[in-house]
Amino acid sequence: MSPTANCPNCGAPIRFRWSSAVQTVCEFCHSILVRRDVNLELVGKVADLPPDNSPIQIATEGVYRNRPFQVVGRILYEYDEGGWNEWHAVFSDGSSGWLSDAQAEYAVSFAAAVKGLPAAASVARGQHYAFNGVDYEATCLTRAHYRGVEGELPFEYWDKDEVLFVDLESHDARFATLDYSDPEPLLFLGEAVDFDSLRLKNLRRFEGW
Amino acid sequence: MSTAPPPQVKSFNCPGCGAPVVIRGFATTLSVVCGNCHSILDAKDPNFAVLQRFQAAQTIQPLIPLGTRGKVRGEPYEVIGFQVRTITYLEVDYSWDEYLLFNPYKGYRYLTQYQGHWNDVTVLRALPEVNTSGVRPIAKVNGESFRHFQRSFARTTYVLGEFPWQVRVGGETTECNDFVSPPRMLSSETIGSETTWSLGEYIAGKQVWQAFQLPGSPPAPVGVYEDQPSPYGGNLKEVWLVCVLFLAALVGMALFFTTFARNEEVFSGSYHFAPQTGGEASFVTDYFELKGRTSNVELSTRTDLSNNWVYFNYALINADTGQAFDFGREVSYYSGSDSDGAWTEGSLKDTAVVPAVPSGRYYLRVEPEMDANAVMVDYDISVKRDVPVMSYFLFAALLLLVPPIFLAFRSMGFEQARWRESDYPPAASSGGGDD
Repeated sequence: MSPTANCPNCGAPIRFRWSSAVQTVCEFCHSILVRRDVNLELVGKVADLPPDNSPIQIATEGVYRNRPFQVVGRILYEYDEGGWNEWHAVFSDGSSGWLSDAQAEYAVSFAAAVKGLPAAASVARGQHYAFNGVDYEATCLTRAHYRGVEGELPFEYWDKDEVLFVDLESHDARFATLDYSDPEPLLFLGEAVDFDSLRLKNLRRFEGW
Repeated sequence: MSTAPPPQVKSFNCPGCGAPVVIRGFATTLSVVCGNCHSILDAKDPNFAVLQRFQAAQTIQPLIPLGTRGKVRGEPYEVIGFQVRTITYLEVDYSWDEYLLFNPYKGYRYLTQYQGHWNDVTVLRALPEVNTSGVRPIAKVNGESFRHFQRSFARTTYVLGEFPWQVRVGGETTECNDFVSPPRMLSSETIGSETTWSLGEYIAGKQVWQAFQLPGSPPAPVGVYEDQPSPYGGNLKEVWLVCVLFLAALVGMALFFTTFARNEEVFSGSYHFAPQTGGEASFVTDYFELKGRTSNVELSTRTDLSNNWVYFNYALINADTGQAFDFGREVSYYSGSDSDGAWTEGSLKDTAVVPAVPSGRYYLRVEPEMDANAVMVDYDISVKRDVPVMSYFLFAALLLLVPPIFLAFRSMGFEQARWRESDYPPAASSGGGDD
């Protein structure tokens, strides 16, 4: 399919970088657009995103485990002690994952189809869970504010408020995140990555650096 | 693609005193300190609200000024924050400095400084496994084991610059646990229920001075720091290895010489000496043949002395060239008993080795001397050619052991100095006395 359409709000051309995108944001009027069959439905508007420090931006390219990817969207969260970005990265084979950047600590993760995830109310720090045979310990529970979205996402994500995240760590730098954005929890499995190993291109510039 | 302008360093005036304040860490800075009036300001607040004003007994000048850029592990970093952290032990305060370094792409790292000892510290991305079953807990991460060194409660006592967290002076203490595997250390900091792990690596002050192009020279380190690499540690292994190799060679040589030594008796005779009979005491033996390469000759004397001594003037003489090897041996043997029981002193036998005697036809000239009142002595003389002499090898082996043992003592001293500062001070090893 031709990945172009027009913004139902301002008429600007909407070009999709990823053919499987479910949601995107108009670059010009910041309308949140959701794909419904062939149409784009206007579901809301993104408030101005606060300044943030991520060196990553839409169209940043990199390589993860020998697979090239491009950043096409993001979700921005904030909490008491700062904020972080979940950059939506799409790989050349059409699959997608997440490159998170929390104060320049980077990690790559992928949605994992695991049944029987713990309910939000039952999770506590220090508890252990096994996902795909790996032991993880819940190290951090964060109540974050959904702060905004940008670009293309693999699902609808816009009408959010406070979201509970549970960070889990293994003993070998692997991590898991339980995302309680929706009634049905989501699990993301990934690992911490070194900035240089991602060989990122098309990064943001910082004055004086 | 976002077209926002690149983030810039932000300058403003302190709402408390009007002095200029700079934010170098862009949007991740949450707290920034006015160095003039010691106000901690909310960097996220449009008006930079004062969150805390702390009292500083004195103004502390960081060794690396804020805003200094340097290269750490090949990457540029800027010093943007400085804090002094303090623990109190037996009512004495111990403080160390923490420099917060920032690179917008690589993130944060820290340099810590305590009495001239520096560590390059990064936040750990893996969760260490802590085993507390032993006396001393062990933390394992990335295949490396760290031994627990110290548990302490630290508080922040001075801040300058900016931080990506809500910094406060005084206030709550952090439980710190240090684990060491020199030159690295693993530290956990726990506030409430949250624990952060970091990994430090010891670096010399000189390297810090080079990295940040600082004038002058770094403060000289005092004492031994918990993860300071031992100057003897690496050497010790090599020295032991060399020592063991040489010892093996020595054993090989000893075996060779023992196996191939002739160890052959070439002469023996039994004699009688009575000083009171007068006359010429000296005599010569029959000729005997010393064969083979130039090697040693062992002369053994066995007597039947009792509470007496005898002195032998010996000469081993080459019958053809007249070359003589002169030497004297004293044999004495005393025995008796006193309140402590029976005792003996001396020996009935004597063995002397003459080294490097060429082959040829030889004879011995023997001249015994005794106390004029002595009655008589019977003695046997035995001459052996080319005997293995173990004492040389033993002596060489002892010499070989000197450097590694010396180093081992130095190394032990260093490790004791290290662990004296820990929660596990080594037991005092000095002082005799068994209890």
